[in-house]
Amino acid sequence: MDDPAIEVAQLNHFFGTGDARKQALFDINLTIPRGGLTILMGPSGSGKTTLLTLIGCLREVSEGTVKVLGQDVHGADEATLVGLRRRLGFIFQAHNLHESLTATQNVLMGLQVHGTGNPAKARAAAHHILDLLGLSERRDYLPGNLSGGQKQRVAVARALVANPEIVLADEPTAALDKASGRQVVEMLKLLGTARRTTTVMVTHDPRILEMADRIITLEDGRIVDDQQAS
Amino acid sequence: MSKLLTLLFGRLPIGWLQLTHSRGRFIAAVAGVAFANLLVFMQLGIMGALNSSTIAPYEMLNADIILSSEDGNTLTDGGHIPRARMFQALGVSGVADATPIFIGNLPFTLDDGSSVSLLSFGMDVAKPGFATSSIAQSLASLSLENTVLLDEGTRGMPASVIKDLTSGGQLNFETGGNTLTAIGTMAVGGGFLADGMMIMSDQTFLRAFPSRSSRAPNHILIRTNDAVSVDAVVARLQAALPTSNLRIQSMQGSAANDLAYMSTERPTGIIFGFGVFMGILVGLVIVYQVLSTDVADHLREYATFKAMGYGQPFFLGIVFEEAIILAVFGFIPGFIVSVGLYAGLVSVTGLPVEMDTSRAILVFFGTLTACSLSGAIATRRLANADPADLF
Repeated sequence: MDDPAIEVAQLNHFFGTGDARKQALFDINLTIPRGGLTILMGPSGSGKTTLLTLIGCLREVSEGTVKVLGQDVHGADEATLVGLRRRLGFIFQAHNLHESLTATQNVLMGLQVHGTGNPAKARAAAHHILDLLGLSERRDYLPGNLSGGQKQRVAVARALVANPEIVLADEPTAALDKASGRQVVEMLKLLGTARRTTTVMVTHDPRILEMADRIITLEDGRIVDDQQAS
Repeated sequence: MSKLLTLLFGRLPIGWLQLTHSRGRFIAAVAGVAFANLLVFMQLGIMGALNSSTIAPYEMLNADIILSSEDGNTLTDGGHIPRARMFQALGVSGVADATPIFIGNLPFTLDDGSSVSLLSFGMDVAKPGFATSSIAQSLASLSLENTVLLDEGTRGMPASVIKDLTSGGQLNFETGGNTLTAIGTMAVGGGFLADGMMIMSDQTFLRAFPSRSSRAPNHILIRTNDAVSVDAVVARLQAALPTSNLRIQSMQGSAANDLAYMSTERPTGIIFGFGVFMGILVGLVIVYQVLSTDVADHLREYATFKAMGYGQPFFLGIVFEEAIILAVFGFIPGFIVSVGLYAGLVSVTGLPVEMDTSRAILVFFGTLTACSLSGAIATRRLANADPADLF
């Protein structure tokens, strides 16, 4: 049997030191199996983004255990963390596309991190996912010539093109219209079913909640509710 | 270009794409590097001319060892030595022949009233072996009283005069109360010490410089026997002659010492050396500023790449890629403009300013190194790209 995608046990996280030290997460325990769409909810400052960055190996764990794809990240060296991050896909609220690269080149960056491989195949894969996201006419556009929604879809394509085992998304549909937002989440759901890709998403978008497999609510750094979809 | 760099690096040429995305900034950066290159080329060109003109007189002489006054700085800048040292030297084993040489500056008034300065060498015309072959063949004709060979590269000298001399004509001119007759030419060229050179017999020299004495030449040139090493004869001479006021050197050693003196102790050498340093500093600052701003402008994108799993070598690669592109693109116009300015400088000043391959290669690799150094300093800003800040 596979390891769970994510295991969090007795996690406490702090920011600052000395008198300025402030606790952001309190005794978080959480297991997320492979596949499925898990949504993190909660008011601003509840700790959901902090939890997402810890799972994404972007912050050092203060106390407790965070296992990602079976690997404990607490105290892991930089090479291990970089190796793990390459197996994840990140979708940020801001698209963070590279302004000098075309849509295709931005998506290729998601593949290039795994090695150069066959350039023609990489390009075909980038074009394929851009086509799936409705951007076939915009492949060679620079981000400056794309709308906000188109940029966000390119960012989604960049995160998904290398078939990540876990996708971590922060408000990925905020800049998208209803149809595009639904299309992105459906694609993530499809990946969960077909490839057992696990998606953990921070969102306040009520249109997405009905598509979730699990909804976890945080308040003041604590899990206050954890519901499986019926 | 982008496809070529992709093939070369085996990845997207992000540095190139970033630089060319902001065309205005890219052009300004290339112009800055080109300007720094121009500064360095001009300083090196003039410094090279200084060096060339310092050793140019040596190229007229054919000797193994030179005896000079201890207080002398260079071949053309020093006191006198007793001619008696020549006779003493001739008694040392390994010395084949010796001759005195006299050096002084003479003014030459042109038809337009302006005056040029001629560095004049008085030699024993009975010993042509002490001059290079091109001069030696004309040396015998200088036994005629008050005749000289004039430098055809003399700065300010009308071309018609040189043309007339090279085709067998003669030129009479007044200098220091004497009338000299140029009966031929030699090719040396002007420099920092004088506008040109002139060779005459030692007797003509002593008439042109009445205050000078045949008993006190500037130097004594020595030729050694072929079977003996020059260094061994130098050592023997140092043992046999009084060295308290005499410097005994090989000709090669003397030329090297003159170069060292001119480039490290004379203000001109130090000024041009400082100019080279300033050129490099300007280039370093410009490239650092461009790369540092570029890194700062792309911190969010770099943080995103970090989150995706790109490691530090990838980011260093981008910055160094940009540094190398700026170096290459800045060098090309800098080199071309410098060649043009060299030609202009030669036509205006007559200085031997030449663009040689070794200088071009030196400046190119210097530019690469300076740009890489700036890139290395600029990479410190990469530490500010924290992917956790993206959420």
